[in-house]
Amino acid sequence: MPELSPTRPSPNRWRRFDEWDGRPLRLDRFAVEDAQNGFSATRSPRDPSPSLVVSQGRVVELDGVAEKDFDLIDEFIARYHIDIDVAAQAMAVDSREFARRLVDINVPRGDLVRLARGMTPAKLVEVLSELSTVELMFAQTKLRARRTPGNQAHVTNAKDDPLQLAADAATAVALGFDEIETTMRVASNSWSNALGCFVGAAVGRNGVLFQCSSEEADELAIGMAGFTSYAETVSVYGTEGSFIDGDDTPWSKAFLTAAYASRGIKARCTSGGGSELLMGYHSAHSILYLEARCLCLQRGMGVQGTQNGGIDGAPLTYSVPGGGREIFAENVLAALLDLECASGNDTRASSSEIRVGAKIMPALVSGTDFICSGFGSILSYDNSFAASLFNGEELEDYLALQRDFVLEGGLTPLTEDRALDVRRRAVDAIAAVFAELDLAEVSEASKASVVFASGSRDTDTFSAGEVTGIADKLKARRITAVDVVAALHRRGFEDEAANLLSMLRVRVCGDHLQTAAIITGSGVVSAVNDPNDYSGPGSGYRMSDERWTQIAAMRDSISRGDVVAPPTKSKALAAQATYALLPVGSAAPGADRHEVVIGLSPAWGIDIHETTAGHKLADVLKALVEGIDSEGGRYRVVRVRHTADTSFLGLTAARLSGSGYGIGIQAKGTAVIHQKDRFPHLNLELFSMAPITSLDHYRRLGANAARFARGETPEPVLVAYNGDAMLAKHHVATAMLFAIETAAADPYALPEELHLEFRR
Amino acid sequence: MSGLAYPIMETDPDGLETATGRPFADLTLDNILSGKLAAADFTITAKALRMQAQVARQVSRDTLADNFERAAELVQVPDAVVMEIYELLRPGRAASAAVLKACAQNLRDAYGARTMAAFIDQAADAYERRSLFRQRY
Repeated sequence: MPELSPTRPSPNRWRRFDEWDGRPLRLDRFAVEDAQNGFSATRSPRDPSPSLVVSQGRVVELDGVAEKDFDLIDEFIARYHIDIDVAAQAMAVDSREFARRLVDINVPRGDLVRLARGMTPAKLVEVLSELSTVELMFAQTKLRARRTPGNQAHVTNAKDDPLQLAADAATAVALGFDEIETTMRVASNSWSNALGCFVGAAVGRNGVLFQCSSEEADELAIGMAGFTSYAETVSVYGTEGSFIDGDDTPWSKAFLTAAYASRGIKARCTSGGGSELLMGYHSAHSILYLEARCLCLQRGMGVQGTQNGGIDGAPLTYSVPGGGREIFAENVLAALLDLECASGNDTRASSSEIRVGAKIMPALVSGTDFICSGFGSILSYDNSFAASLFNGEELEDYLALQRDFVLEGGLTPLTEDRALDVRRRAVDAIAAVFAELDLAEVSEASKASVVFASGSRDTDTFSAGEVTGIADKLKARRITAVDVVAALHRRGFEDEAANLLSMLRVRVCGDHLQTAAIITGSGVVSAVNDPNDYSGPGSGYRMSDERWTQIAAMRDSISRGDVVAPPTKSKALAAQATYALLPVGSAAPGADRHEVVIGLSPAWGIDIHETTAGHKLADVLKALVEGIDSEGGRYRVVRVRHTADTSFLGLTAARLSGSGYGIGIQAKGTAVIHQKDRFPHLNLELFSMAPITSLDHYRRLGANAARFARGETPEPVLVAYNGDAMLAKHHVATAMLFAIETAAADPYALPEELHLEFRR
Repeated sequence: MSGLAYPIMETDPDGLETATGRPFADLTLDNILSGKLAAADFTITAKALRMQAQVARQVSRDTLADNFERAAELVQVPDAVVMEIYELLRPGRAASAAVLKACAQNLRDAYGARTMAAFIDQAADAYERRSLFRQRY
């Protein structure tokens, strides 16, 4: 054993802690549970016990607060949320009993949401606190408003470039997002941002809902011009102090909600655990209790839905013990209150990719109306809302999760051709609108730079000042969506014009204002005409075969044809090889006491010509032979035909060998040294990791076999392994190759002697 | 209960007309290209919102229906007035309950917005009780 150098100080800490300190996880902060200071996920001594007193049809006490002491939120909940008709029954039901109904497939969703209308925030928290994370997920599957889950994308960029917004909006639509949300780096660019996304989202699909997050009056004006179709900036808070500091009240937000509806704009509220804590008015309540107040308030306001579950407060909430469960419980609570839920997942809540992947799972597995209230479809540096939980960088990871667990996450893999097609079309379309409406000129070089760009750092496009100029013209000339439809049509973008017109027609009817509405190719789909009817296996949302085919089609998936050469090509490869293996009859036991028999697998050099490490089989065999030669041994080559298993290849070779020592090797590269009297699986040396086995390793293996034959005990050859996910990288091809070997084996065929001849 | 079919656009578009008094069927590309339609032809109407309220009630979403009915009353209210009321409802903007109540009265008188007016009256009382009529800036 190596001794510690006397000059080196003796460590005073297990070195693993140093390594842990260096991991991305350690960039996250973890908060101690401390209800007094608001750092408590689901329970605090200050959270009230549930109570409700109704007198003469009026709520006079709510969660321990008498009417005269109601704050604005209490009063609003008492007047507008509590359904007096069911309140007595709802408050009387045992919380645990009601919690059990949430996970009972025999209790219909309708019965649960009906009683929830009569429950106070504290009562709802008491119910949800009974559920484990997996029970919450099950409840969510049952309670989601719309049967079909969906997803929403952030589409922004660091330059507020309308060309890129158009290209990225079209890309997001092609990926399957049902809603697109943008915002600006520079407030005065809101109109050009809106136009870019509006036009881009019309490429390839009818009817993606779109919002431009801006100052309220500006946002309403953009909506009135017909560019946007939903709004989700209606923030509410669970304490009066936060609400007032947020410069609103329950009434002002309820008024704004009605105002959006009056302009044909779908609205949802924003709430989310941790916001009151961030704003300094947590009142020592648990995060879930404050969110329950927000959600009761929202139901009372008559908004169709919410984006909640952390949101901007997600990183803070995730820092608290039980924070992940709390965040998801918020989503379940929204569904129980019959609200559309766009489940947070729109903020990078951790630097640990494992915590990021874990955080998405409850919503993705159980399904919410929008799995992310803003998936970063663009690169994280281009996200003007700040990085999302998942971003353009990790988009394919999300696609893989959908595929791995057969989940409807709302997204569809994109082929390379399709990506370029929609991006080109979108950039051409927005450039045509700019030209037709005399807003700007776009060079072919700019267009090309945007089409191929992954993010705004790759584009050669408008300056920030030029963008503001476009926005100013749009506003000053009062250009509306109707002008844009006409411009697109005049310039030959007829499908896009038709798509946008159908969106505008929906606004006249208001069907998209109903709970959880999205617009698909076949029209408006909402909780009204696509209600979640989950009642156990075989019910609720079930993926169609067609949809499964889309989700399963991961880019660059490989199949047998990609790994196995067709017979004609295989013959050509055999002919080109730098060696020849000529059968010379049945193999007999040898008498040479220094020989090493090399037993090749059945398909070696016939159907398979390379190892999984990419070594030509001729080179591998040459390395083994050189190794044996280097130690003065002699070799004989046989083809084992009755088995493809490494151990038996090796043992068969050893039994044919005059020395009793042999090498067994599969065409994929797995190799073993065996001795004739050993148990089959008790070999002398084994190279089990063919993909990282080098020619030098094979050479040294040959040398060792020769030394065993001489009666020595050589130091085994070790193949260094760095801990990679080797199997994930190689096993698909390995399994396909090995199937060829087993198919080539004939249990009754005897080993065949081969004459080895190297060429060139 | 004989319900209203939904989506209304697919089942009953003929029952709707635009805010400008045209039949829904007039909302075509040809009419846009010939300059007959403008953004005002594509705004929602009070009637459509009341129909959506009825749809919401049919599926037991009474609070959503209430919101659509309040919204129906705001359809005729000009944007500027809408934003003015919103601003007044923010904390500390109105100097007293009387200011908000006058605003409510105006909604009632000028636009027949009785439900929304009652809603604002209630806000005025709540703000008074919670001392929200103090200046914030």
